[in-house]
Amino acid sequence: MIAGEQAIRAAFDAAKAEGRAALMPYMMAGFPDRESGLAVAAAYADAGADLVELGVPYSDPLADGPTIHSADTVALANGATLRTALETCEAIADKLPVVLMIYANMVLAHGGGAEFAKLARAAGAAGAIIPDLPLGEDEGIREAFGAAGLAMVPLVAPTTPPGRRAEICAVAKGFVYVVSTVGTTGERGELPPELADLVAATKADAGETPVAVGFGIGTPAHAAEVGKVADGVIIGSRLVRAADEGGSPAGAAESVAEFLAEARVALAG
Amino acid sequence: MSVIEQRFGPYGGRYVPETLIAALDELTAAWEATREDPEYVARLDGLRRDYVGRPTPLYLAQRLSERVGSRVYLKREDLAHTGAHKINNALGQTLLAQRMGKQRIIAETGAGQHGVATATACALLGLECIVYMGTEDIRRQAPNVERMKLLGAEVAPVDAGARTLKEATSAAIRDWVANVETTHYVIGSAVGPAPYPVLVRDLQRVIGEEAREQALAAEGALPRRVIACVGGGSNAIGIFAPFLDDAAVELIGVEAGGDGIETGRHGASLNAGTTGVLHGSLSAIVADEDGQILEAHSVSAGLDYPGTGPQHAHLRDTGRAAYFPMTDAGALGALGELARLEGIIPALESSHAVAWLLENPLEGEGFDVLCLSGRGDKDLDEYVRRTSEAP
Repeated sequence: MIAGEQAIRAAFDAAKAEGRAALMPYMMAGFPDRESGLAVAAAYADAGADLVELGVPYSDPLADGPTIHSADTVALANGATLRTALETCEAIADKLPVVLMIYANMVLAHGGGAEFAKLARAAGAAGAIIPDLPLGEDEGIREAFGAAGLAMVPLVAPTTPPGRRAEICAVAKGFVYVVSTVGTTGERGELPPELADLVAATKADAGETPVAVGFGIGTPAHAAEVGKVADGVIIGSRLVRAADEGGSPAGAAESVAEFLAEARVALAG
Repeated sequence: MSVIEQRFGPYGGRYVPETLIAALDELTAAWEATREDPEYVARLDGLRRDYVGRPTPLYLAQRLSERVGSRVYLKREDLAHTGAHKINNALGQTLLAQRMGKQRIIAETGAGQHGVATATACALLGLECIVYMGTEDIRRQAPNVERMKLLGAEVAPVDAGARTLKEATSAAIRDWVANVETTHYVIGSAVGPAPYPVLVRDLQRVIGEEAREQALAAEGALPRRVIACVGGGSNAIGIFAPFLDDAAVELIGVEAGGDGIETGRHGASLNAGTTGVLHGSLSAIVADEDGQILEAHSVSAGLDYPGTGPQHAHLRDTGRAAYFPMTDAGALGALGELARLEGIIPALESSHAVAWLLENPLEGEGFDVLCLSGRGDKDLDEYVRRTSEAP
């Protein structure tokens, strides 16, 4: 098992030992500004997150809904770059595993799979999610990540045919990211009724590899519901909104910590 | 059954969220099964003839020829129904969508020509139509917005980024991610994830097939050069495709030079861009060193796009086609010149190709074919605004 994957698996195992699903909050690096991003990251590390999904701001985030898309725009306008994300990663990587969420064009712009993986590992990242690099387009990059010890976490969607889902799970490193609903990221009123079946099927395909669910988880109750079937729960847009509402670095940290604490209680429930 | 190319050299591919992969597989299979299906072909051919008005003329532009000193034929896509080549693709894709049982159609538009073409095809076939359009383009292409509404389409304004074609395309893709099971996305240019660059090229190659036949009939020979403007590059790939094996025919694409390459304010991804991913394919794009896609700049909304189709990037690399930038000023001048010389008001997009021709007349024997991809009525306000500004 490669180094990044070991760190990720250890975090899932530790949560499992406590009889609950792992809590993986998402944040946008440099949002709303560099200091707030760093404060949110520190708050995640202190407020009960098991792992962190760290979004790298991008100009054209096709998998993201309005909340995260507009966070990308604000972070970029405030000067964020890959460097900002790597700094943020470095600040918390010794406390918990960090999985970068980065679009394919940025990986290519920073020298491709091998060069990017080197940068990410140097900043302490355990893994990376590339939401616009599906199975079939990813071979060179996945291999390069693996060689550098960076786990490439693939996504499974409700529209993924079963055969393809098995192939994706077979190459997954770290964990498998199940997209809960057909659509982009963003809070939703309720979770789709088919989700439990999708998670169960993915877990059967994934074997020992943990399965985490993201997209649309906006309340502690959602988190608890997903936590009953999945190994991990990813909360994104809701926390990005909380960070925005904080109004200052300290306010953002307080705001996300409050929500995270509730989610953590709900998961343990 | 012919195979659909997933890549052109290194370019192309499917850089999209996993949610769309099944739909792209479905679309690929549907197009493979449909593009040579006699029933589909007969229906499309009939509509091209009776509804679109094809074949469009190949017109020997006498006074323009005198001006440049060699014979120039204009492939008159401006005379196709709705005023541009975009209808060729919109009609073919909506017919395909109908066969696939998709009743909801989405599209993006820049200049509004693709939006109007898609709205038109949807009206014809009785399909629901939503067109994403940047608010800056809604401002500068107001008549086309009214046309789309009149045709029963919903125009969905997009307020992100520079509020132009790039953001409209992203918004359409996000809609498709959310509604992929019921919806077909009619992409308007030879861009996007596979199979779209092939699907759009196949539907636009009628331009080149007609032009090649018409040129042979008129001159008994093939043209020395085939010239077309390139944004995403659908009219260009459509007219180039049937000439690809005619090694002696030079293929020339003219892209948006904006204020000039040196100013950084342009849409010339093939001349001044880099290799990267935009809207689902690897191709020539305009991006910064961090990998952020940059805003394009062009007087023509249809070329105001920081990427281009993957096949064009490959044709550039192999040397089979050559691509040159043309400035806003050149295009504006050419629009006026063609209007006065020929009584034809070209779209600002097509005016880029006309301007390049005016600056690069053919030397020696032979003749040129230039794709006049659309009419310029939509651009009159912008033309007047830009040409009355102090220099």
